[in-house]
Amino acid sequence: MNEELLKVEHLTKKFEDNVVLDDISFTVHKGEVIVIVGPSGCGKSTMLRCINALEPVQGGRITIDGDEIVYGSKNLSSLRQKIGMVFQSYDLFPHLNVLDNILLAPMKAQKRKKDEVAKEAVELLERVGLRDKAKSFPRQLSGGQKQRVAIVRALCMHPEMMLFDEVTAALDPEMVREVLDVILGLAKGGMTMIIVTHEMQFARAVADRVLFLENGSIIEDSEPDTFFESPKTERAKEFLNIFNFERSKEK
Amino acid sequence: MPDLGLDVLFKGKNMIRLLGGLWVAVKISLISVAISIPLGILLGIVMTSKNPIIKAVTRVYLEFIRIMPQLVLLFIVFFGSTSAFGINISGELASVIVFTVWGTAEMGDLVRGALISIPKHQYESSAALALTPAKTYIYVIIPQTVRRLIPLSINLITRMIKTTSLILMIGVVEVLKVAQQIIEANRMSSPNAAFGVYLTVLLMYFIICWPISMLAKRLEKKWG
Amino acid sequence: MNWDFIWKYLPLYEKAALLTVRIGWAGIALAIIIGILCAIVLYFRIAVLRRIVSVYIEISRNTPLLIQLFFIYYALPKVGIPITPEVCGVAGLAFLGGSYMAEAFRSGLEAIEPIQMESALSLGLEKSQALRYVIMPQAVSVSVPAFVANVIFLLKETSVFSAVSLMDLMFTAKDLIGLYYKTTESLFLLVVFYLIILLPISILGSILERRLRHAGFGS
Repeated sequence: MNEELLKVEHLTKKFEDNVVLDDISFTVHKGEVIVIVGPSGCGKSTMLRCINALEPVQGGRITIDGDEIVYGSKNLSSLRQKIGMVFQSYDLFPHLNVLDNILLAPMKAQKRKKDEVAKEAVELLERVGLRDKAKSFPRQLSGGQKQRVAIVRALCMHPEMMLFDEVTAALDPEMVREVLDVILGLAKGGMTMIIVTHEMQFARAVADRVLFLENGSIIEDSEPDTFFESPKTERAKEFLNIFNFERSKEK
Repeated sequence: MPDLGLDVLFKGKNMIRLLGGLWVAVKISLISVAISIPLGILLGIVMTSKNPIIKAVTRVYLEFIRIMPQLVLLFIVFFGSTSAFGINISGELASVIVFTVWGTAEMGDLVRGALISIPKHQYESSAALALTPAKTYIYVIIPQTVRRLIPLSINLITRMIKTTSLILMIGVVEVLKVAQQIIEANRMSSPNAAFGVYLTVLLMYFIICWPISMLAKRLEKKWG
Repeated sequence: MNWDFIWKYLPLYEKAALLTVRIGWAGIALAIIIGILCAIVLYFRIAVLRRIVSVYIEISRNTPLLIQLFFIYYALPKVGIPITPEVCGVAGLAFLGGSYMAEAFRSGLEAIEPIQMESALSLGLEKSQALRYVIMPQAVSVSVPAFVANVIFLLKETSVFSAVSLMDLMFTAKDLIGLYYKTTESLFLLVVFYLIILLPISILGSILERRLRHAGFGS
């Protein structure tokens, strides 16, 4: 097993009295792809947001490379540069064109030279099939294209790992594939990732480990084949059954 | 502690006189609002008309009234009526006329805005539910319009009250004029009276306008 | 209408209009700065400052400019703050306008989805960088219509400057009416000059508003 990259220990998150994450612990190793599944409202997205310190937590520790990520602390922006995140809603900056969206953070947060970043940005856009869109504005792109740009924007910061928060949930079905293919490509390239998704086939294809989250707790932590074929818990079985339809009429 | 000239306020009937002056301003604004609101509603409905002549006339009226400073309008009516028609109208009457004309324009614009902001599908879905146009208006459109309008009309009242401070400039004896008189009368015994008296006038306006603004804000949040 | 009279006194109005415009723009420029600062304080809910800003906004919005000017001009010197008419005009307009601009920018800031801030932060930008490069440019363009409306409102409000002995358009008109009884001509010039000052901004405002409503960035 590779070295540990991200460690979550006894993470607890409450919204007022409502416990959203209840004593969560897990470790992500370098190059590992973790997929988190579970019913809506189980705390999956909140967990990703906590890892990126977008939410204050009420207990526990999150460390990346041994450095603790603390909500509101001073060195947050340098730690966040190690973690790329892509959200469900297309979160491109509408006032900037595609290229400027990608260039902003490398130039302002990492003080890198424009030429160098622009060259890399164009190469990455090429890889996701959007080279000709560099000068387009977000509102001129489809949802799938926007998400691919958002992924490139995060990659251009050279993160050590990526978080994907239901990135295909708001997309039309025919655009889901183009985004998932990009993520599969990243997995093949050895990128460390935590992916929250409802696309079960994709989850099975991309995951090294599947975490099943319910009511703020990790109920199962298994290999994908084990999880999808013989889940250990009743709850996971019921959950997976939601995705199967049976014929309503006898033939 | 420097002399802030607050003692003057408690001398004789000075406080009562100030309040009397304030009432003049508030009275004029209340009368103007009371006339403006029904006229404004009419104007707003007329403005949604498709007739190009009506549209042009109401538009020019609205734009002219809204672009001119209210003080210019006051001057036009107060000084202009004498030279144009040879009649001398009092400052109070000129004020009521101007604020009504202005208030009607503002209210008309609010009503028009509220009417055209109701999305088309509200009419369509009412029709799809087999409501007649009259019933659509009574049960669907008007209740939504009114909810949008009430906070805005309440805001118009505070704007009107603030604007009535201008009537000093055409010689109406209102709170600022009374304040000037009090300061003038006490300039020997209390040279710093200007501070205390003008501060009091400022606070008086605040005490009247602030609760009304708060009410408008709360209703806007509640119905927004 | 006596055109000779009009031509004769035109320069007087020109001078008065320049005064209105000069003091008006100085006051509005200050109001914009005050407004942006207050809006940022409110947006980030900065402790203590937030209270002060809220109190300022309520006082400024719920009292008439004329009374604010009287207070600044006649009351402040009594506690040792000397004020010239010009300074009073600029300060009064800035005090009034600051709160209106603050509300305009604040609603612009609040119109920007929180995810914009979050995604900027998650890219590793500092909060101040996110505000400067991501939130502000969007917020400012959202608040353009309200901003232009405020500019028109504030320029109109300058009409009370004559109360603190500034020789503006109202002062000039009243003077001429008093001296020569040329009421129609004086009022005509008054209206014309206010139209010259206000109409271009008003037209610009409606063009900008239409463009913003029908398009977005990148067109």
